[in-house]
Amino acid sequence: MIVAKYRSREVISNYIILIIFALIAILPLAVLIFNSIKPQMEFGVNPLGPPSEIRFENFSEAWVKGEYAKVFFNSLKLVAGSVLLCLAVSLAAGFSLAKLNPKGSAIIAVYLLVGISIPAQLYIVPLFLLWKEIHLLNTHIGLIIIYTALNAPFATFLIRSYMIRLPDELFEAARLDGANTFQLFFRVALPLSWPVILTAGLIIALAVWNEFLFALTFISEEGFKPMATILFAFQWRFENNYALQSASAIMMVAPVAILFMLFQRRFISGLTSGGLKG
Amino acid sequence: MKIFSNKNFVAWYFVFPVAFIHLFVIGIPSLASLALCLTDWRGLGEINYIGFENFIELFDDRYLKKAIINNVIWTIAFLTVPVGIALTCAYLLTGIKRGQMFFRLAFFFPYMLASVINCQIWKYLFHPIHGLGGFFERIGWDFLAVSPFTMKSTSLFAVAFVDGWHFWGFLVVIYLTGMYQVDNHLYEAADIEGATKFQKFRYITLPMIRPVFVFSIMIIIIWSVPVFDYVYILTGGGPAYSSEVIANYMYSQAFERFDVGYSSAIGTLMFFYVMIIVALFGLFRKAGWDI
Repeated sequence: MIVAKYRSREVISNYIILIIFALIAILPLAVLIFNSIKPQMEFGVNPLGPPSEIRFENFSEAWVKGEYAKVFFNSLKLVAGSVLLCLAVSLAAGFSLAKLNPKGSAIIAVYLLVGISIPAQLYIVPLFLLWKEIHLLNTHIGLIIIYTALNAPFATFLIRSYMIRLPDELFEAARLDGANTFQLFFRVALPLSWPVILTAGLIIALAVWNEFLFALTFISEEGFKPMATILFAFQWRFENNYALQSASAIMMVAPVAILFMLFQRRFISGLTSGGLKG
Repeated sequence: MKIFSNKNFVAWYFVFPVAFIHLFVIGIPSLASLALCLTDWRGLGEINYIGFENFIELFDDRYLKKAIINNVIWTIAFLTVPVGIALTCAYLLTGIKRGQMFFRLAFFFPYMLASVINCQIWKYLFHPIHGLGGFFERIGWDFLAVSPFTMKSTSLFAVAFVDGWHFWGFLVVIYLTGMYQVDNHLYEAADIEGATKFQKFRYITLPMIRPVFVFSIMIIIIWSVPVFDYVYILTGGGPAYSSEVIANYMYSQAFERFDVGYSSAIGTLMFFYVMIIVALFGLFRKAGWDI
């Protein structure tokens, strides 16, 4: 009995500590949500609490003043382009490294592993000058190519580790039926790999949506900027208009929050499988 | 697998696109940078070979020295505070039944957010009038009613705090995956022996999660090197270089002063540091540390 009592007290203290840390993680986000629906007038008297009057017009005002229709479209273009291109090349490479194992492919694997840990500061300047030379600065396709290269090593290894577990017998049977290597890839490997395609796609999309350094460096023209760098500029343009700032931030967070609720496990397992910068 | 051995060249078609794009964007520019660090190039005009002059200048540069020290402080701060909090939370989470999933999601969600968002949230909360500063002023704690981003003594820690706030939930999840693999019988045996909670943590949990723990230490050391977003957005390295870090300093050398040779030298330094860390952990693994 005494033991049981001690236990329950212990559990209560566990909960108290965990709740404190959960509040530290969540309360700042709650303040952001409050501020996004608070009238600008109220900030002086009530900076942190929930708004006394809910004002959704902050969103429409921010949407118009920040020209977010265009900015969203820019970001979506970058996300869609990078996800498609990166998945295409990573699926092919992951398949080859998992099932074909061409002689010397270990070199590629080692190269990509080293590639993951090269700091961007080493190559960003020559890359910038190269992009200037071939007129890819201030273009979305230029940034999509960069994002593909940045995320491809991670995606390739994620896909490889999934495809390696697909049973060899399937491929052998298809081979005996006369399938060539491309058919093995398109007809056998791809249809069985949709879980890893979804996970890799979500992680790439998140990384591109949130990316800051390359977007800042390679897109200087206002009309082409994605969410991340527009929001950064917005913080200066409307420095004291916290209602508009917060509403814009919520617009950038909302898609992430919705996808996270739908695919928590995929995001968590994908992001913690190692190798992605945060 | 032997079935494809005669189709070697076809197999290479499949890896070619990744290899090509990665070489084009990262591989070749990296090699260019490793060469350009020995020149005085400024992005235009002639390229003159100047040997190791950039590196000599580098070791005399007191702003860079300040930035390197700040990166070291940053690394140590991340190796202690988020790791300690995450270990505690993960361990406590394994001891409860209800609400595990809720806490896991709550801790992890900030890790999903963009750096601009996190910075905006904390810039506001640390605002001397509108944020917590105003709150502290009203309850009479005037000494807290200043923005920690604008004071030399606190700017670096304030920036690191924001990045750490966003990052520690990731560690919780990593440690949890390790802790779930610990055999429950070990804890039961320890209970019979009358071990305290801390003893169980110290002598069962910690040794059992060593692989994920070492992994987390490695990525923290590696990820602390190119830290850029939070410093650039929150303080720009200021005030008076008090929160300057290597990546931000390198960025200003490259894109404000257009000193390609010098910024390549800084990039080269960062690259070799990271490679040494990766190699060291590789050696530990080979030496049978089982990580």
